[in-house]
Amino acid sequence: MQKFANPTLFLKLANALLPFMWLGLFVLFAFGLYGALVTSPADYQQGETVRIMYLHVPAAWVAMMAYGFMAFASAVALIFRHPLADTAAKSAAPIGAVFCFLALATGSIWGKPMWGTWWVWDARLTSMFILMLLYLGYIAIWQAIEDPHLAATITRIVALVGSVILPIIKFSVEWWNTLHQPASVFKMGGPAIDVSMLWVLLIMAMACTLLFFTLLMVSMRSEIASRKLRQIRLQAIRSN
Amino acid sequence: MWPALNALLWRDVALARKQGGGLGAALSFILAVVVLVPLSVGPDLNLLARLAAGLMWLALLLAVLLTADRIFQQDLEDGTLELMTMAPVPFELVALVKAIAHWLTVSLPLALIAPPLALMLNLDIASLPVLWLAMVAGSLALSLLAALGGAVTAGLRRGGLLISILILPLYVPVLVFGVSATTMMGPQSALPSLLILLAITLVCLVISPLACAAALRAYLR
Repeated sequence: MQKFANPTLFLKLANALLPFMWLGLFVLFAFGLYGALVTSPADYQQGETVRIMYLHVPAAWVAMMAYGFMAFASAVALIFRHPLADTAAKSAAPIGAVFCFLALATGSIWGKPMWGTWWVWDARLTSMFILMLLYLGYIAIWQAIEDPHLAATITRIVALVGSVILPIIKFSVEWWNTLHQPASVFKMGGPAIDVSMLWVLLIMAMACTLLFFTLLMVSMRSEIASRKLRQIRLQAIRSN
Repeated sequence: MWPALNALLWRDVALARKQGGGLGAALSFILAVVVLVPLSVGPDLNLLARLAAGLMWLALLLAVLLTADRIFQQDLEDGTLELMTMAPVPFELVALVKAIAHWLTVSLPLALIAPPLALMLNLDIASLPVLWLAMVAGSLALSLLAALGGAVTAGLRRGGLLISILILPLYVPVLVFGVSATTMMGPQSALPSLLILLAITLVCLVISPLACAAALRAYLR
């Protein structure tokens, strides 16, 4: 891991990998969307609206994974002083926030025909909403502090505290009230979802995860480029 | 080490008492909530009785949040914190003591005053002791989390706005279990919620000083 601490090496790797990642994304989304919109059966209860699940569930998974990634990158930055880890955490936050928003928005569109309302204050919805607030707070700290080194140190603390408290928030809210269906894919005794739907869901989950990492690489690349630009500009001012 | 921490605690308490503003502002905020809520939702006593405990918790949370930026900002600006990093006391303990001073001067008095005020909102008198216990148990966690928000935004000019978005999500567990303690009838069924409130306070007691000290050190560097 330390080998890729060098931004130039990372850029080389990213430039080499990105075309394959875009290709993989194209293939995965082509299969996944075809499965989701055409071959997978309509639900016997929910009808065609069940197709929202193929975007809703992966988006929610990726939103949570992105926060975990952010916290992990912050821990790596704090412990190993890895210079790219802060960049990774910074770039992951807006992408995670967008996936979180996507999960909330598709859930709301799904909830209208199924539950008869756009929004209910149920445990999962509330904890997802709080996750969104944590993302926004994290991004706001990056925006508020001008000195990048100071901002990196403070945001590490914010991300790590959030990762410790997040399970507590999740369980407290789950105790409080529940309407959303419980987990049906990752549970004891195998998934409770039909195989014809499960494989499409898993492909879409892989596609969304790959999308996260692809966008992360693009975002990190532009972050490094903007840092370089700033240095070049400063040098130009100095040499005048 | 203990005399130094003791001195720091009484210094902070004395400063908060002499300067004024902190507790007074928070208290008047709670009073404003008590007065304005019946005007906004109507004077229906049954409705108010159902809302009373939750509203008092909300008022307590926001009132504590109002004073969060006072915990570290002044000492950071005039260089006192920089001196404290050189003291022969772990800086984490300094942060903890300052959070406890905030608890003694703001959160604890508010937690003691708020439940009787809830009687004005027609709170059932039988659930008053439970609300009292729950608020006292949760108030230390509120102060510790407020200190965390104060430390993370200590060096910022417009920190107050940021504190609310950073800390309000972390207040959720305290609010949920605090309210659930009072909505359960009888002292026996309130016990699990009270114990969880204490557990949350203990978790905050470990995390908050570490995070506060790390954030303040970053600002002092």
